[in-house]
Amino acid sequence: MHMIRHGIGYLAMLVALAAAPTAARAHPHVWVKAASDLVYAPDGTITGVRHSWTFDDMFSAYALQGIESKTKGVYTREELAPLAQTNVESLKEFAFFTFAKADGRKQRFQEPVDYYLEYKDAALVLHFTLPFKTPFKSHQMQLEIFDPSYFVDFQLQEKDPIRLVGAPAACATAIDRPTDGTAAAQKLGEDNFLDGSNVNFGAMFANKITVTCP
Amino acid sequence: MTWKHLPAAARFVCFCLAALAAVQLLDGLGHAALAQNPFGGPRPAPEAQSGGIIGWLLAKQSEFYRSMSATIRAAKNDGSAVWTLLGIAFAYGIFHAAGPGHGKAVISSYLVANEETARRGIVLSFVSALAQSLVAVLIVGIGAWLLNVTAKTMCGAERIIEIASYGLIAAFGARLVWVKGRGFFRALRRAPVPQLTPALSAATAGAAPALHDAPLHARSLHHDHGHGGEHDHHGHDHHHGHDHHHHHEHGHAHHHHEHEHHHGDDHCEHCGHSHGPEPQELAGPGGWKRGLGAVLTVGIRPCSGAILVLVFALAQGLFWAGVAATFVMGLGTAITVATIAIIAVSAKGLARHLAAGRPGDGALILRGLEFVAAGLVLLLGIGLLLGYISAERVTCF
Repeated sequence: MHMIRHGIGYLAMLVALAAAPTAARAHPHVWVKAASDLVYAPDGTITGVRHSWTFDDMFSAYALQGIESKTKGVYTREELAPLAQTNVESLKEFAFFTFAKADGRKQRFQEPVDYYLEYKDAALVLHFTLPFKTPFKSHQMQLEIFDPSYFVDFQLQEKDPIRLVGAPAACATAIDRPTDGTAAAQKLGEDNFLDGSNVNFGAMFANKITVTCP
Repeated sequence: MTWKHLPAAARFVCFCLAALAAVQLLDGLGHAALAQNPFGGPRPAPEAQSGGIIGWLLAKQSEFYRSMSATIRAAKNDGSAVWTLLGIAFAYGIFHAAGPGHGKAVISSYLVANEETARRGIVLSFVSALAQSLVAVLIVGIGAWLLNVTAKTMCGAERIIEIASYGLIAAFGARLVWVKGRGFFRALRRAPVPQLTPALSAATAGAAPALHDAPLHARSLHHDHGHGGEHDHHGHDHHHGHDHHHHHEHGHAHHHHEHEHHHGDDHCEHCGHSHGPEPQELAGPGGWKRGLGAVLTVGIRPCSGAILVLVFALAQGLFWAGVAATFVMGLGTAITVATIAIIAVSAKGLARHLAAGRPGDGALILRGLEFVAAGLVLLLGIGLLLGYISAERVTCF
């Protein structure tokens, strides 16, 4: 009976063995340096978020595959227009990796406007503006930029990552950056795999921006 | 009340509960073992139980992956950087395969569900990794290099292949479940009785603390964090009982017993008046072809990382370096997958060895093991298909 217990134990180990690897997660394949503007209307309501995202060189080269340009290695905004179109259309599926809350209430975005791509220093920069469905005033507004599945790693650019455009002077911004990701990932551990929490795995790598206006 | 008096369904439920309880127990062991030995890497800081392996793996992978683009750039001017690239690609492959989507789970489960040897496990692991590399090279070679299509088009193709792969895994799993399920229920009907009573009570008694949670676990296979400490305790006990070296010896020893076991089973075949094919009969000579079928369900799905590296290399005018890196990456992947496959096969070998000493219930446990493994292949396929298990998904944007 001792043996049987161990037999069952090993059976279980096999199951665990086979299941455990599915728990390990993908590492990011795309890196984005993000800078975002919060755009305010003259009356102090927040109307939208204006992103500019710089992609890493590997993804930039990948995205440029098959894109024709007049001059080799130089891409004009017009030549990149179809790609920019593709980008914003596909980003919709991922909610533009942008999540906003006003005084605790989730805010929705409209379709992106004013989108275009630039190519500089071997990197693609995607510019686009997400207007809020209903512009709002809030005491405290929270903005998070991250990929829940952590396929894309977002980092706020070092200098002035968040600018308040046209905001009342008394508004203050606080930024909570993820460290380099490893510390957070180590806290995670293996034990919450398959329990659904991995759905929001990337949240640990979220960039949290809090804007407080009196 | 003895085992015999229980209806087959009740026996099956008991078996499953015991197995679930044992999963909990072993889960603790797994955590303890993993936390202690992350491939010789640095031990994570104080919170060792929650384990830093995943974080560590992620960090390493990202590091290797990111350094590939810089190395490819460097190789444009300095040919020797290609060697650095290959080194990084190899290391990346080893680490990366520990992540999702490289068929470890499917291949290991397949090997356990069938009467497969470690040698075959190694070959299948290498074939599947090679196929993954080859598909990546073909997609980029034909798509980007020959036809100069856009990334969007290639990504679309990748997505279709991915869905096909998951569908095939699910179909393959369904077939395995059908075959192994019959084997298991036949063994269940046939299980000789007298020795079983103490075995069952021992199994359930041994698992008693965890069995309190049984309804919870029965609802879902989700892991319960609330009992981390308890598991750890169990795991620890267990760990002392068995060391890994020991376990491997058993795995090898079993080979010599295989024939004996077959005879035993054949004999029972007559007793049971069963006419369906025994699982063992389904292995054997035709097994290779089926095995290849198994690995190809996994192998047709290319690694998105490899695709990115290949396109990047092509853009730098160093496509060949990208191709070389992709195959070396595949080699690294194969080593990790093969290692896990060997562990799976050895563990089953040990289970079989233990079972050989117990003619009746031993066979039942083996058939149950195969059935569970088969079910796992099916679940993985469905999970991947429905996106519940997020493998490294193909993201197009």
